[in-house]
Amino acid sequence: MENILEIKNLTKKYPNFTLQNISFTLPKGMIMGFIGENGAGKTTTIKAILNIINSYSGEIKIFNLSHREHAKLLQEDIGVVLDDAFFPEILTPNDINNSMKGIFKNWDTKMFYNYLQEFSLLPNKQIKTFSKGMRKKLEIATALSHHPKLLILDEPTSGLDPVARAEVIEIFQSFIENVDCSILLSSHITADLEHVADYITFINEGKIILSKTTNELLNEYGIVKCTEKEFQNIAPEDYIKYKKNKYEYEILVSDKKAFKAKYNIKVIDKITLDDLMVLMIKGEE
Amino acid sequence: MEIIISNSSNIPIYEQIKEQIKSKIISEELPEGEMLPSIRSLAKDLRCSVITTKNAYEELEKEGFVKTIPAKGIYVAKINLALAKEEAYHKLENILTTAITQAKMNDISKKDIIDIINILYEEVL
Repeated sequence: MENILEIKNLTKKYPNFTLQNISFTLPKGMIMGFIGENGAGKTTTIKAILNIINSYSGEIKIFNLSHREHAKLLQEDIGVVLDDAFFPEILTPNDINNSMKGIFKNWDTKMFYNYLQEFSLLPNKQIKTFSKGMRKKLEIATALSHHPKLLILDEPTSGLDPVARAEVIEIFQSFIENVDCSILLSSHITADLEHVADYITFINEGKIILSKTTNELLNEYGIVKCTEKEFQNIAPEDYIKYKKNKYEYEILVSDKKAFKAKYNIKVIDKITLDDLMVLMIKGEE
Repeated sequence: MEIIISNSSNIPIYEQIKEQIKSKIISEELPEGEMLPSIRSLAKDLRCSVITTKNAYEELEKEGFVKTIPAKGIYVAKINLALAKEEAYHKLENILTTAITQAKMNDISKKDIIDIINILYEEVL
């Protein structure tokens, strides 16, 4: 499978934080969910991909091109929604359409107005009258309307209500109906990712701790719940992390079938991405 | 075509999709040669990931229920219905054998087993 995005050994040092040897790849036609705590390095990684920060080491290739050498070219093909960047409040969607026409060669006015209608955004209203959710939708509409091949979205569903989130997620799925397009999407709303993301990449304290298919994570990983006595009989190589709670032990295992075959322990639950994050970050080895 | 997915089931979603398409092929609700939805449109309509529907189709293809014609689409393959049914019976026999063994070990009578089956038959979707 061809990759649309390849990151190799990306390292960036800040006084209090280091992004260490980040490597992952996103194949064509897929959605990757990018998860991690606040401050884990998601936004820094995204900004490195977008060439917003510099002086980092490592290699980032987009559509097989080095993104530093082809920045201008790549800008056309990447649609972006950032968590902390908003359009100036006095602009209207009409103004945005006019300025984007000058920025993107492939800007599609018709598509933009279709999205405005779909999202019930009035073209002649100033952005300052928009709610947080409406602003997000406007950014998503803008990111999609220049026919990008790669969408990079930092928390695109935050601030949206469940109905709007479902709408937006459906639009993302339509976007990858085109086999040449992919999405890298960071989100704290992990339920959205469990359904539609093909891959999950998990970053913690500036390091990638796993990058796998969502199916592998949700179908093969499990949470074992057992007593202290049972826990002591489990070989350390058979689990990834454990957490001692007041009434029970919670143990993260990477292959629940194999675990079930080896140990006689009754409760092995399916995991959610939330459980996975908590145990990976708070659990002990 | 109707496909019902449970997100709270312990059965992986790709398997749920696979089994449901398979049973529609065996029951001939999906006849030979019928074109199936593409991997991507099925993923979108079922609100699941592309890899999930891809896995489901790959397994169906491996088991001979569908065939992919490159650049055209995915179609219901010519299958030996009698053989497929026989396989289903065989699988069922295996499961029931395990259940009956378990029952015998615990002194549960034949009548009780049949009663349980009757109750469960109505409960299972």
